[in-house]
Amino acid sequence: MPKMTGAQVVLECLKREGVDVVFGLPGGVLLPLYDAIYHSDIRHILVRHEQGAAHMADGYARSTGKVGVCIATSGPGATNLVTGIATAFMDSVPLVAITGQVNTFLIGKDAFQEADITGITMPITKHSYLLRDAKDIPLVFREAFYIARTGRPGPVLIDLPRDVTVAELEFYWPDVKLAGYNPSTRVHEMQIKRAAKDLMEAERPVIYVGGGVKFADANKELITFAEKLNAPVTTTLMGVGCFPEDHTLSLGMLGMHGTKYANFAIQESDLIMAIGARFDDRVTGKITSFAPKAKIIHIDIDPAEIGKNVRVDIPVVGDAKNALAALLKEVQAKPRSAWNDKIDQWKLDYPLKYIPDPNIIKPQYVIEKICELAPDAIITTEVGQNQMWAAQFYIHKDPRKFISSGGLGTMGYGFPAAIGAKIGNPDCDVIDIAGDGSFLMNSQELATAVVNDISVKVAILNNGCLGMVRQWQELFFGKRYSATILGRTSPDFVKLAEAYGALGLRATKPSEVESVIRTALASDKPVVMDFIINPMEKVSPMVPAGAAISEILDLEWCEETEISAMDKMLVSGRYVSREECA
Amino acid sequence: MKHTIAVILENKSGALSRIAGLFSRRSFNIDSLSVGATDNPDYSRMTISVRGDRVVLEQVIKQLSKLINVIRVSELDPAESLERELAVIKVSTDRENRAEIMQLVDIFRAKIIDVSARSMIIEVTGDEEKIDAIVLLFRQFGIKEMARTGKVSMVRGTRVIKA
Ligand SMILES: Cc1ncc(C[n+]2csc(CCOP(=O)(O)OP(=O)(O)O)c2C)c(N)n1
Repeated sequence: MPKMTGAQVVLECLKREGVDVVFGLPGGVLLPLYDAIYHSDIRHILVRHEQGAAHMADGYARSTGKVGVCIATSGPGATNLVTGIATAFMDSVPLVAITGQVNTFLIGKDAFQEADITGITMPITKHSYLLRDAKDIPLVFREAFYIARTGRPGPVLIDLPRDVTVAELEFYWPDVKLAGYNPSTRVHEMQIKRAAKDLMEAERPVIYVGGGVKFADANKELITFAEKLNAPVTTTLMGVGCFPEDHTLSLGMLGMHGTKYANFAIQESDLIMAIGARFDDRVTGKITSFAPKAKIIHIDIDPAEIGKNVRVDIPVVGDAKNALAALLKEVQAKPRSAWNDKIDQWKLDYPLKYIPDPNIIKPQYVIEKICELAPDAIITTEVGQNQMWAAQFYIHKDPRKFISSGGLGTMGYGFPAAIGAKIGNPDCDVIDIAGDGSFLMNSQELATAVVNDISVKVAILNNGCLGMVRQWQELFFGKRYSATILGRTSPDFVKLAEAYGALGLRATKPSEVESVIRTALASDKPVVMDFIINPMEKVSPMVPAGAAISEILDLEWCEETEISAMDKMLVSGRYVSREECA
Repeated sequence: MKHTIAVILENKSGALSRIAGLFSRRSFNIDSLSVGATDNPDYSRMTISVRGDRVVLEQVIKQLSKLINVIRVSELDPAESLERELAVIKVSTDRENRAEIMQLVDIFRAKIIDVSARSMIIEVTGDEEKIDAIVLLFRQFGIKEMARTGKVSMVRGTRVIKA
């Protein structure tokens, strides 16, 4: 067999792992690797900031179920990936991050652009490698992809010193044998039987679904299972879409900004079956008051999640799809019950709502219109109010079509993630629901979208402020808007889009919303839609931090004086005290 | 509650720092940690002494098991296992107390491994309590310096903890 360079071997490995696209940006130590990319048929998307590369690979992975790959050079390139890797880690996204590293003989000498990236990312990767010997390349790449995509998925980092990429070796394709890694996907039969028995006996069951159902592609099994038992289903932010929200058994999202009826159902339930979810504090509220009357069944592929945050009565370790299939065999169909009626009544009494306005655009209205005009789109989100409204007011039906940074809450995630998702799903509408604050954190990727003809759409819910933080200041910090006022015109998003060669559109009145969305969807360009929304709008309902999730409040509309004070701030782009305002 | 855990890990770069990092990141309390070779050159064995209730212990074991370089994690039941630690202690000596120190060394079956005009180095092995006891006794003479290895532990009888 002829010898190949390390860089060529890397590309051969990527090809054999089924990689068709990588996201990255080159640098000194990566010159040999990029030369191999030049000769390869793997598609390389050149980003404008490495954080964008990590989020694109992440959005690609979440929307397709494949492993996403991003590449960055040593030192600053590698550290620019960190936020993206942490985002993927918190949400269990399969990612392989390849970083350039200085020559092996320079490692540890503070060489130019040296950073200990395996050390920096140790707590935010599932595993990582510093590849010191070219002959290990095939083994390391095989292991990395295997680890990233199996068990509870997650990011794996491979640090690739420059001299390793130019060394020569004979290609080989090893089997993966990892003594310390055997993710158990099969479920324990006894535990399934116990869970099934409790489910049959429960009078007020609730199925609480997280992202694990998405990663296991178990949504079909979930629907069949819930229907068989007539059990209501609520999802976390990560689980949004795993159960169709137009289904009669759907309770929508639970937790801090969940529906009232989902939270009420949890608090009244006598049996909660958690599946692929991790009892995050945004979900449970005050943990000691969470689901006080319920037994808890917890199904998760990661044994360390079981019993981490709450006591569990029946732990089931395993893959969500296998667990649901096994449970399905053990349970008999149950008819509708008084519990279902009670929940339906709650749904009627406490729907998600907002006060429409004929003159000023309400963000919820924008989302409803997007849902009406693009009902099967992939929706990505930024972080903040925009994220919550996108979760609440779009009717999500498909597990891989709601993409949001849940665990880390990374502003700037949604736009590059949308680009990655669009590359993985070129025939699908992909829309990033954004805030004006978040969008600016990665807006440079407009260049990437335009140059590569990736026609993603961004819907900025422009409230002129860091809305979610402002909401908390309004409610809990005496309306002192410290460092949350951005101003209306910083910058002009239509002009910004145009500067990059994208299409910019603006709606300032409710009557313009529909035509802006239609124009955006019809365009084959990347589009930025700037919706000038009511700046004082709050995400409602809301569980105050530290309260039980049944203590969920409707948030009221603001007084006139506050609105005019806010108007002044938006014009000046800074906080205006009440004295100044009067 | 104190618990003793034996961890078999691969001798690979970063394996140790992954384990150390895990303890600090998840705020687990460790009292002692020792690591060294096993009969197989590919693996090391670590003995960790952790403090916490059952829930904490369970998390420690599960989180350790998740690390790819960790091959095995076992809790060692104190009733069924032996533990040993080695300490070297440099004690201040003078003409008057030298005899008394030597007597203590005898009682504890410790060893004097260095003698000079004003100090002695004493080597002692045993379980934690024994070492704590001897340290306490030597305090009266003045301990100039001390180094302890942290304990190693093994289950009695035929049960084997290996890769
Ligand atoms: C990178 C990052 N920095 C800071 C925060 C804290 N934070 C959470 S929401 C939010 C406001 C987001 O503002 P914007 O993007 O305009 O969205 P809105 O809430 O107004 O919809 C901030 C600053 C964060 N989540 N991520």
